Amino acid sequence: MPWDEGLVNSLVYDAPDPAEGRVVSYVKAINEALTISLDSDPSVFVMGQGVDDPSAMFGSTRGLQAQFGPERVFDTPLSEEGMMGVCTGAAMNGMRPVFMHNRPDFVLLAFNQLVTHAAKFHFMDNGQTNVPMVVWAAIGRGWGSGAQHSQAIQGLLLGVPGLKIVMPSTPYDAKGLLLSAILDNNPVCVFEHRWLMKKDGIVPEGFYRVPIGKGIYRKRGDDVTIVGASHAIELGMRAAADLEAEGISAEVIDLRTIKPMDEHIILESLEKTGRIVAVDTAWMKGGVCAEIGCLAAEKGFHFLKAPVARVGLPDIPTPAGYTLEQFYYPDAARIAAAARSLVR
Amino acid sequence: MTIRYQYKGEGAGGFERYGSAHDSDFFVSLFFSMLRIRRIEEEIERRYHQDQMKTPIHLVIGQEATSVGACAALRTSDLLYSSHRTHGNYLAKGGDLKAMLAEMHCRITGCVGSRGGSMHLIDKKVGMAGTSAIVGGAVPIAVGAALATRLKGEDRVTMVFLGDATTEEGVTSESLNFAALKKAPVVFFCENNFYSVQSPLSTRQPPRDLHRWAATYQMPSVAVDGVNVLAVYDATVAAIERARVGDGPTFIEAPVYRLRAHGGAGDDSHTGYRHLAEREHWEAFDPLALYEHFLKRKQLLDDQVIGEMETRLTQEIADAFEFALSSPNPSEEDLFRHVYAE
Repeated sequence: MPWDEGLVNSLVYDAPDPAEGRVVSYVKAINEALTISLDSDPSVFVMGQGVDDPSAMFGSTRGLQAQFGPERVFDTPLSEEGMMGVCTGAAMNGMRPVFMHNRPDFVLLAFNQLVTHAAKFHFMDNGQTNVPMVVWAAIGRGWGSGAQHSQAIQGLLLGVPGLKIVMPSTPYDAKGLLLSAILDNNPVCVFEHRWLMKKDGIVPEGFYRVPIGKGIYRKRGDDVTIVGASHAIELGMRAAADLEAEGISAEVIDLRTIKPMDEHIILESLEKTGRIVAVDTAWMKGGVCAEIGCLAAEKGFHFLKAPVARVGLPDIPTPAGYTLEQFYYPDAARIAAAARSLVR
Repeated sequence: MTIRYQYKGEGAGGFERYGSAHDSDFFVSLFFSMLRIRRIEEEIERRYHQDQMKTPIHLVIGQEATSVGACAALRTSDLLYSSHRTHGNYLAKGGDLKAMLAEMHCRITGCVGSRGGSMHLIDKKVGMAGTSAIVGGAVPIAVGAALATRLKGEDRVTMVFLGDATTEEGVTSESLNFAALKKAPVVFFCENNFYSVQSPLSTRQPPRDLHRWAATYQMPSVAVDGVNVLAVYDATVAAIERARVGDGPTFIEAPVYRLRAHGGAGDDSHTGYRHLAEREHWEAFDPLALYEHFLKRKQLLDDQVIGEMETRLTQEIADAFEFALSSPNPSEEDLFRHVYAE
């Protein structure tokens, strides 16, 4: 999907310090996780529309078919539901499929198999069958992605028992969470963000895992908690830096996994700051922002010094045009404004 | 037209060509399996109004030959997937009767611990590997299972039972396409009973033969008389052998008739969606009666042997119901188990 390549190339991220370790791009980190998994476990296979084509799923699958063969790394028909069922059946019988989609919008075609089959079998057959599979997709944004190529669907899946959902924000996490997801014995959705693909970071060589279900403090602060995952953390960190200059000390929590959600870290921070801004790449309603807000009200009510604030997408489909996009997507300034309104 | 869907097979005469293909024990074992399913279903039906089985039921009375004939072609290690109408498939694959009835009575001793009910009769020990209550849901899963067994180098074939309505689901087309593309070792066994709940095939599809539709996916596709257990067995053996040697999938269409309602006890033809005369027409081709007639004519079976079978079955079924009814209920803690795998 080369049309947004220029846009993603133009994004500027803080450069990691090579003195801290090996610098690797986000895409390369994913590629390493897939390579390690394919190499170390014969039950792993990778499939998806175009995983073997020259674009190689943004580069994340580059070289895998040449290295591991077309039986284990293969293109698929445009049959999202059928292929999700194939993954489910393979996972139920000892394999660990990784099913890659270049956008979550295409996963919507496969909800019957993902939600009603993959996520249910272990429960329905009384634990006889595990369904260890990974459903990977990269959320789009900008360059006219519009209503049908930019949907961040994590909120739709938060209420599905049996599923796990991870949303990395750094190359380190992209590799470590993907390795964990592949080794997990449950269906795990890995939602990446297109805008993170060219981000560089410190990534160790070889195998390591980032635990599923645990959040991490990206920045410590005392006045307000900014919590979310994926690209929202990029924005949250910039907002926190701006707030710092104004004398507002923001704490930033990267959930890493949104299902199961690390309630402990959210409440721990909220107890300290008393103020919380929930941020997400998706719609605020019924999603990650709503769930965090509910958690704060339900279990952190006595900590709250101000109302919960949410910064995500409005209840509007994504517009395709450039100018409308600017009104639509939240940025660091909007997160900072929300935090400021709670503190003042 | 009172009879919308005619039986088009050869009736009792259709058995003759298979008359010397097997030894007598095999012939009789198929009969016993069909009789067993029939008697189990009748007893479930007889007791259903007592409301002790708090589960939907989808009886297979009239469809025993497809379950028994097709499953007889499978090894225990072969995998079977199925739909909501799963009683006959489960029993024919060797699923445990006590665990089945306990499941239907919502007991912890049920085959899936009271989490599935009658639509999810699973017994992995005998290859009854999974079912879906969503029409078409098990079809791609079976293809994935077949792909897995091949990737692991296992000598297993996967079969999936599907109904006529399943051919209308897009995912079935996707699955046939992919299975043919990958030469997956899978057999698609379509029990065409002409009705989806109460909707006839004619309101759902243009006039066509389902096996000809399936053949467009570039796989062998055959029609077989679904009330003839020997014909079903024969066609399935051929399909299984193709899959086993790596020649890929086969589609089998077997027209059969559901002599009962879609769900629950009893027939519902009186409600008007199909004519009573149609059911009576098919009752004349009852798979169990036809086969009994054939075996008696060949002197492989007589009333005394059948009587002994009946006695044995009466006891087995009574014992299984007793097991189910005396089994404990799940506890509240059981609810929280197995949401996630470790």
